[in-house]
Amino acid sequence: METFWYIALSFMFIMYVILDGFDLGAGIVHFWVGRTEGDRRIILNAIGPYWDGNEVWLIAAGGTLYFAFPKLYAASFSGFYLPLILVLWVLILRALGIELRHHVQHLMWKAFWDRTFSVGSLLLTVFLGAALGNIIRGVPLNQDGYFFVPLWTNFLPGPHPGVLDWFTLLFVAVAVSTLTVHGAHYLAFKTGGELQQRAARVAGRAWWGLTVCSVLALVATPAVRPGFWARFGEHPWGGAFVLLSLAGWLGMYAFNRKGEHFRAFLASAAFIAGMGAVTAFAHYPVTLYSSVNPAWNLTVHNTAAGAYGLKIGLLWWIPGILLACAYFAYLFYIFRGKITSVPEDAGY
Amino acid sequence: METALTLHRLQFAFTIMYHYLFPQLTMGLALLIVIMKGLALWKKDELYNRSARFWAKIFAINFAMGVVTGIPMEFQFGTNWAKFSTFAGGIIGQTLAMEGVFAFFLESSFLGLFLFGEKKLGPRGHFFAAFMVFLGSWLSGYFIIVTNAWMQHPVGYSLDAEGQVHLTDFWAFLLNPWALWQYLHNMLGAVVTSSFVVAAVGAFYWLTGQHLEYARRFLRLGLASAAVSSLLVAFPTGDMQGKMVAKHQPVTLAAMEGLFQTKEGAELILIGQPDMENLRIDNPIHIPNLLSFLTYHRWKAEVKGLDAFPRDVWPDNIPLLYYAYHIMVGLGTIFIAVAALGMLLWWRQRLFDSRWYLWIVMLSFPFPYIANTAGWMTAELGRQPWLVYGVLRTADGASPLVSGGNALFTLLGFMGIYATLSLLFVFLILREVSHGPDHVQQPLP
Repeated sequence: METFWYIALSFMFIMYVILDGFDLGAGIVHFWVGRTEGDRRIILNAIGPYWDGNEVWLIAAGGTLYFAFPKLYAASFSGFYLPLILVLWVLILRALGIELRHHVQHLMWKAFWDRTFSVGSLLLTVFLGAALGNIIRGVPLNQDGYFFVPLWTNFLPGPHPGVLDWFTLLFVAVAVSTLTVHGAHYLAFKTGGELQQRAARVAGRAWWGLTVCSVLALVATPAVRPGFWARFGEHPWGGAFVLLSLAGWLGMYAFNRKGEHFRAFLASAAFIAGMGAVTAFAHYPVTLYSSVNPAWNLTVHNTAAGAYGLKIGLLWWIPGILLACAYFAYLFYIFRGKITSVPEDAGY
Repeated sequence: METALTLHRLQFAFTIMYHYLFPQLTMGLALLIVIMKGLALWKKDELYNRSARFWAKIFAINFAMGVVTGIPMEFQFGTNWAKFSTFAGGIIGQTLAMEGVFAFFLESSFLGLFLFGEKKLGPRGHFFAAFMVFLGSWLSGYFIIVTNAWMQHPVGYSLDAEGQVHLTDFWAFLLNPWALWQYLHNMLGAVVTSSFVVAAVGAFYWLTGQHLEYARRFLRLGLASAAVSSLLVAFPTGDMQGKMVAKHQPVTLAAMEGLFQTKEGAELILIGQPDMENLRIDNPIHIPNLLSFLTYHRWKAEVKGLDAFPRDVWPDNIPLLYYAYHIMVGLGTIFIAVAALGMLLWWRQRLFDSRWYLWIVMLSFPFPYIANTAGWMTAELGRQPWLVYGVLRTADGASPLVSGGNALFTLLGFMGIYATLSLLFVFLILREVSHGPDHVQQPLP
C-alpha cells in the first residue's frame, strides 16, 4: 500500500513539473521570446486558462503527501523552512504578475508585472531544481526524524550541507535549462509567426545547455549519492525510464528541427517524466536520505500513515484524479488552437 | 521555545485571518453570481448577465488573492507545525488532499471557462460553468471545515501505543456532527458578507446617481439575500453551533459567555469586561436566566462556569475569546436589523427614496468581515489550550527545529507582502467599481 502511494505521489509531482513547467518555462523566456508588449500579451494568454490549474497539481500533491506520509511532510517542510517560505512569497508575486497585468492599460504597470512574472518563474524553477538536488544528496536528519537546513553553508555536499551547494546548483542549472526548452516548445506550438520562430530558436539553443548540464549531473550524481544506480541492476525494467528520458532528449532535438512543435513539446514532457521517474525509482523505498546517519533515513515504511487511512484514500483519490484529468482534457480541448493576436484589454 | 511558539501561533493567526478575507467573499459571491446568471436565463434580462460579468471581475480579483494567500496555509502545517502534522497528518491530510483533488481542480478549470469561455459555451453552458465554480468553492469550504471540526471535536480515530493517532472510521470523520453545523454557519456567514458587499455597491451607485438600473438590481438581490442569510446564520445554525460547544467544549462556552461561577439560571451577559484578577465580569449588563434557557431550553438549568474546570484546560486568552464572541453576536444582531429594515422599506416601496438608509447600507459592508473574523477567533481561541481538542496541546505541536528568530523573520515578511497585497487589492477593486458595470461589456473571446 505504501508503494502505491509512493507511485501516486511521484506521478502527481511529475504531472506538476510537466504542466506548471510549461508556464514556468514560458515565464523564463518571456522577454527572450516576447520582444514587444503584444508578444508578451500573447504569451500570457497562451498560458492564461491553464496556469492556475497547473499549480493545483502542486497543492494536490502536497495534500496527498501530507495524508499518505505525514512524517515525511512534517520533516521536509519544517526542515526546508526558509526556502519554502521564500517559495511562497515568490508564488504570490508571480501569480499577481499574471493576474493583475491586464487590469490597467499603462505601459509601466505592464512592464512591472511582466518582470515580476518572468523573474518569479525563474526563481521558482531555481527552487525546484534545488529541491531535486537536495532530495538526491540528502539532508541532516537527526534520530527524531527532523532537520533544519540553512540556505547555504560552505557550498559543499557534506554531512551538514545548505540548500545550495555545487551539487544542488548543478540541478538548478538542469531545471532552468529543461524548463526553458519545455516552455519554449509550448509557446512554439501554441503561437504562430515570428513569435513561434523565435520560440523554436530559443528551444534549439537551450537544448545544448540542457544536454551539457544533464551530462554533468549524470556524472556527479553517483559521486555524491553512491549506489544511485543499484536498483536498476536489481530490477532491470527500471531501465525503461532511462530509455524514456533518452527518447525525450533526442525527440526534443529532432522534432524542433523539423518544426513539429507539438511533438517537440511532448518530447520535452517525456524527458521530464523520464528523469522524474528515474529519480523516484532509484530512491525507493527511501524518501529522504540522512546525510548524518543512514539509519535515520526516512522511508516509505517509517513515514506512512495508518493502513486503514491509506486504504480508504484509494476510494476518493482514484476517482478524484480521473475527474481532474477529465477537466484538463476538456479545458485543453475548449481552448485548443493557436493564439496569434489578443486585443489590448482582453484576458491577461 | 516559549517565544517561538507564540510566533508560530501569531504567524498562523495572521496569515489565516488575512486569507479568509477573500474566500468569505468569493464563496458567497459565487452563489450570488449563479443567482444572477439564473435570473438572466429565467427572466431573459440581459442586465443580469451584465451584472454577473461585473461581479465576475470582482470575483476574479478576490479569487486570485484567495489562492495566493491560501497556499501558505497548507505549507504552514508542515513548516511551522511539524509535530502536529506528524501526529495528525494521516487524518486531516485526507481532507486537505481531497480539497485539492476534488475542489481545486474543479474550481480552477471551470473558473478559466467561466471567465474566458462565455462565447464558446453559450448562455446555458456559461450558467453551468458558474454553477461549477460555486460547487467547487463550497466543496472546498466543506473539506476545510471538516479538517477544523476534527481539531475541535475529534472523531473516528484511535490512539496507538506510541501516542500516534490513526483514522479508524472515515465516514464518521467526514460526517462529523460538529462539521455539519459549523459548515452551514460558516457558509451563511460568507453569504452575509457578499450580500452586504453587493448591496453596498448598489447603494453607492444609487446615491451617486450612476448605473441606476444596476443599482436597483444589486440592492434588491443583496438585501434579500442579506435578510435570509443573516437570519439563518443566527438561527438555527449559530444556535446549534453554540449547543455543540456547550456539549463538547463546556469550558469554552463558559469562557465565551464570561460565566466564571457555575449557576442555576445563568444570566446572559450582553456587555461587560472580563476581570481576570477577580474572576468576574465588571460592569455587566445582563438578562437573567437567558443563558440557561438558550443552552438547555430551561430557565433554571445549571450551566457550568469556569470554576467547574481545572485551570490548565481554560482557554489561554479568555478576554480576547469573550470579546471576539460578543462582537460576532452583536454584529450578527445588527445585520438582521439592517436587513429587516431594508425589507420593510422595500415592501412599503420607499427603499429607493430613503437615502439615509442607503447610506447605512453603503457603509455597512466592512462589518460582516469583522463578524466572520471574530467568529473564527471564537472558534480557534475557544479550542485552546488544545490543538486537537482533548488530545494534543498547542504547545506540543510546533516544529522542533525552527527557531523563534526564523519565525519572526517570516512573520514580518508575510506582514510586508500582505500590506502590499492590500494596497493593490484596494486599488483594483476601487477601479472596477468606479469603471462600473458597463465597462468592457462585450463577452471575452
